[in-house]
Amino acid sequence: MRNERSLLKQNYHAAAWNEPIIMQMGRKGERGILVPEAEEEIKEVVGDVLSRIPTDLRRTEPPKLPEISQPQVVRHFLRLSQMCLGTDLNIDIGQGTCTMKYSPKVNEYLARLPDISELHPLQDEETVQGILEIIYKFAGFLSEISGMDKFTFQPGGGAQAIYTNACIIRAYHAARGESQRDEIITTLFSHPADAATPATAGFKVITLMPDENGYPDLEALKAAVSKRTAGMMITNPEDTGIYNPRVREYVDIVHEAGGLCSYDQANANGILGICRAKEAGFDMCHFNLHKTFSSPHGCSGPGCGAVGVRDYLEKFLPVPVVEFDGEKYHIVYERPFSIGKVRSFLGNIPVVLRAYAWVMSLGPDGIRDVAEVSVINNNYLAKKLSQVSGIGMSYPKAKCRLDQIRYSWEQLRRETGVGTEDVRRRVVDFGVQSYFESHHPWVVPEPFTPEPTETYSKDDIDEYAEILRYISQEAYVSPDTVKNAPHKSTITRIDERILNDPKKWAMTWRAYLNKRHSWDSQGQ
Amino acid sequence: MARTRRQVAHPYIPNSVAKTKEEMLDEIGVSDVSELFSGIPNELRFKGVLNLPKPLLSEYILRRHVEGLLSKNKSCKEYLNFLGAGCWQHYVPAVCDEISSRAEFLTAYVGDTYSDLGKYQALFEFQSMMGELVGMDVVSAPTYDWASACSSSLLMAARITGRSQVLIPRVVNPEKLWHMRNFFRSTVDIEVVEYDHETGQLDLEDLEKKISSKTAAVYFENPSYLGFIETHAAEISRIAHAHGALSVVGVDPTSLGILAPPSEYGADIVCGEAQPLGVHMNYGGGLCGFIASRDEEQYVAEYPTFLISIAPTRRAGEFGFGWCTHERTSFYKRERATDFTGTTQCLWGISAAVYLALLGPQGLRDLGESIMERSHYAMKVISEIDGVKAPMFSSVVFKEFVVNFDAAGKSVRDINKGLLRHKIHGGKDITREFPELGNSALYCVTEIHTKEDIDRLASALKEVLK
Repeated sequence: MRNERSLLKQNYHAAAWNEPIIMQMGRKGERGILVPEAEEEIKEVVGDVLSRIPTDLRRTEPPKLPEISQPQVVRHFLRLSQMCLGTDLNIDIGQGTCTMKYSPKVNEYLARLPDISELHPLQDEETVQGILEIIYKFAGFLSEISGMDKFTFQPGGGAQAIYTNACIIRAYHAARGESQRDEIITTLFSHPADAATPATAGFKVITLMPDENGYPDLEALKAAVSKRTAGMMITNPEDTGIYNPRVREYVDIVHEAGGLCSYDQANANGILGICRAKEAGFDMCHFNLHKTFSSPHGCSGPGCGAVGVRDYLEKFLPVPVVEFDGEKYHIVYERPFSIGKVRSFLGNIPVVLRAYAWVMSLGPDGIRDVAEVSVINNNYLAKKLSQVSGIGMSYPKAKCRLDQIRYSWEQLRRETGVGTEDVRRRVVDFGVQSYFESHHPWVVPEPFTPEPTETYSKDDIDEYAEILRYISQEAYVSPDTVKNAPHKSTITRIDERILNDPKKWAMTWRAYLNKRHSWDSQGQ
Repeated sequence: MARTRRQVAHPYIPNSVAKTKEEMLDEIGVSDVSELFSGIPNELRFKGVLNLPKPLLSEYILRRHVEGLLSKNKSCKEYLNFLGAGCWQHYVPAVCDEISSRAEFLTAYVGDTYSDLGKYQALFEFQSMMGELVGMDVVSAPTYDWASACSSSLLMAARITGRSQVLIPRVVNPEKLWHMRNFFRSTVDIEVVEYDHETGQLDLEDLEKKISSKTAAVYFENPSYLGFIETHAAEISRIAHAHGALSVVGVDPTSLGILAPPSEYGADIVCGEAQPLGVHMNYGGGLCGFIASRDEEQYVAEYPTFLISIAPTRRAGEFGFGWCTHERTSFYKRERATDFTGTTQCLWGISAAVYLALLGPQGLRDLGESIMERSHYAMKVISEIDGVKAPMFSSVVFKEFVVNFDAAGKSVRDINKGLLRHKIHGGKDITREFPELGNSALYCVTEIHTKEDIDRLASALKEVLK
């Protein structure tokens, strides 16, 4: 029966509500919700409190917020939600390096219970023993999965976690009187945050370019290390999906030079339970709990970049840390060597809760299944895509491709004029998310990077491959169809020049009202 | 492989079905999955089985297990809560929960305008409504939290002015100061400006003394960390400007229905925390910072965050959205970027947009008034207790206030332990943060506290202090 069904959603059309901007909605006097008014007895006791505000600090003009009744507010935001293609709604294989996987509903249910959603972060530790136990135990799980000794969940995302590791490297050398170590080495195919955040932490950054097989240039590394080397911050597998089998050698070179090695495990999905940061010699690492550990991405957060370190770096972790004395869990601030704070309080703890529940639902075998199935899925998709005209695999000689692969539409562009930007807009017409191309700079031309995580079925992958095959064929036959895409999206093509034009860009409605005259012919 | 294989397919992993796996391996052209990992050297392999708990395979048992752990907590729903200090308990409208739970938003990430238009529009609406509150034309997409928004704002000021010192009030959340110290390293110096111990107000003489041609920015908050309204806001901005420095103001947006927007008293950059706008505290996971400024090219160029701009499309009457000057961010510029951005707290920006749309201008004013009435009532009934002084400062209070227990004969720590026995989370103990304020706590009262709740606090305090 399955074979009789077309793999393509030919008749798909995205919701296209053409919703007004909320600032245009409603009428004067409408109310969306009423605030609990203070009781009469309170009013009698306190009198006119607003008159106590110094005159020049009183608000004279009410903020120009819209005035809308509740049903219309609900309808507006529901319509906006319908024009947003969450992972739950689509075969979200395209957003590689983002590890788009199913976020179990039961974990969402748990994360929204008042026993966590209504916790204040400064509550007495006696009153938060349950959540502290979850935090502590989950740190133990990650220690087992990575081989690191101690974790913090304070960073709110991957970039902030990498920044935290850069700060720890800085503190480590400072504590040893080696502050002259001011260089961090990263690779081009590591996440841009592996370059940006050490720079924020004050380091000079050296980037290793890929060699002809896609591996970070080993000779360049040997030339880069010196007495100024503070550390190396890299991913493996890199964003190309290529696992560097000689990673230990790289780590050893940096160690010999006196630097620390930080493992950005954003791409850990294919190696969970297979290999760990510790055996590769790393001193520290981080996992994205909103990616690899299934917590939802929330339109870009709240996430959690869980930072793990070896025992000799524990004392530098941000405060507070959660400790267990055998009976009770404690929130500990007294840590003189700590780098301080990277984020307020303990971090996005509901994300930790979801990740905890996810690991509890899998156990050791399940975790390994995640890695194995995601690698099978990736290699299966590779096989399917190898049959599509115009697609090339970056660095085809690099054999070990784990969680994802960076492909290139370069051949398609050469032969049809249709490039990756065009295909990216066209896939939307088949009900899947616009895909991730590559971080910048684009070393691989016309790139795209699908990551078919373990929660996609064989049928899902077949459908995704069929979409790309169909579009490729279309590019050869009627390239304009692809170039003018999308055709079945929420909107038509936007004028992107405006996004870089100071006279026309508008980050708020009030700015738009001031500038709309400069939108000339497109003015609305 | 020596380990025993679970026979049942895992509900989250469709291709864990043995037969499917075999079919796919066949298609790939390998006989065993281990061949796909052959590129990982043996010495890097993890040997054996991870020491993790046995899985709770049925959803029911998993749920029972986690619920059991969580039930050990004493939440602010179960106990009465007077903690604030950077994370505040406000009423979260059901509509906010409905929208932020929508799978469409909850499970989206970094998709483009053509597939995720609704996300862009909702966040543009967040930026637009926040812009109305603070009186600024540019507002960032959500940042990690107020602390990171504040540190980034001050670094923006340093780059804009080409100067390397910022003046920070003594009355600021010490956690924020901690964040700055780590974030600024040695590139920007922090000089702390004292306050008047009677009123809590920033000491203008000390400010005049410390400000110089090195000063990039003067930072202050309104209301301040300790809850009172900073009266000399315009004067502080004037002093900053007179020395060529920027005025950077931190705000609690729940006050902006009744307090003047910072743009009216000279702010150049505004930052703050959107968590109180329709986001649950989430044990601190509800935070959502923002940065705002005038719409000047020089300012926009220095934002480290994402900025969503509205844009026209090919069809008349249709709006699209996109990232403004995306090439400014760390995703393009790598180590040459201003600082960095990444996954932040965008879902909560959507909740805040829903919240502001529901409240509207009158609702925001009502909110401010209701909060002030209740906090002032609370101060009144608490200060009637022997040995308790509330508020400690003579300045006008918004929703938080310092309660001093010097004359009560008990430490804040013991008082709070006592209050817990009455199922009350007392105010934050600030005796170590501000030793000069003696035995003091920072209490927070919002629109959720009924008269009965506040009276219950007062009678519990009386009991505890007996």
